[in-house]
Amino acid sequence: MKNWVWLLPATLILPACVTINIYFPAAAAEKAADKIIDEVWQIKPGEQQPAEKPAETK
Amino acid sequence: MNKRLMTVFVLLLALAAPLAMAAANLEINTPAITSLTASMQARYNQLSPYYASGAIGLTRDGLVAVHDANTVPLKDRQVVNALVAAENNDRNALYKEIAIANGHPEWEAEIRSTFAQRWVQKAQGGWWYQGAGGWAKK
Repeated sequence: MKNWVWLLPATLILPACVTINIYFPAAAAEKAADKIIDEVWQIKPGEQQPAEKPAETK
Repeated sequence: MNKRLMTVFVLLLALAAPLAMAAANLEINTPAITSLTASMQARYNQLSPYYASGAIGLTRDGLVAVHDANTVPLKDRQVVNALVAAENNDRNALYKEIAIANGHPEWEAEIRSTFAQRWVQKAQGGWWYQGAGGWAKK
């Protein structure tokens, strides 16, 4: 009968699953890396890249 | 008919939402990853002066390596070597664990190269890193 209605989501969703699972999520990996690096190097949010300390003038 | 379309729509939303969430984040909250991160964080206190002096630097494959041993007093060189080895053990394990935690062990190399870029990006000015053309000072 109106069974074709179910074909639409099926054709949309199935490839989506495959896509998400096969391709490396680069943006998500970057986010995860940043989080771990901030933790390891104790970088507080806000001070993204601590600049080199200004040369001491003495 | 309308009712059926509605059902389809709801079904689509219900299926799409978790998929979108899964794509937005990588799983990094496992006991193994947390303990590796803590171990590296504890070691950073010891490594930090060597990063700053250029004794060690960040490599292209997401690890650390001795860059200029001459800046380290002879008696401390073994210590630096041991720190570098321990840090690299943790880093290798970390990349592997993240790949496994997300159900894709084959992602390890890509995770490693993502980290390699981000370590350098977040490194402090004056630290050394391996670029395309060899060692460079940030």
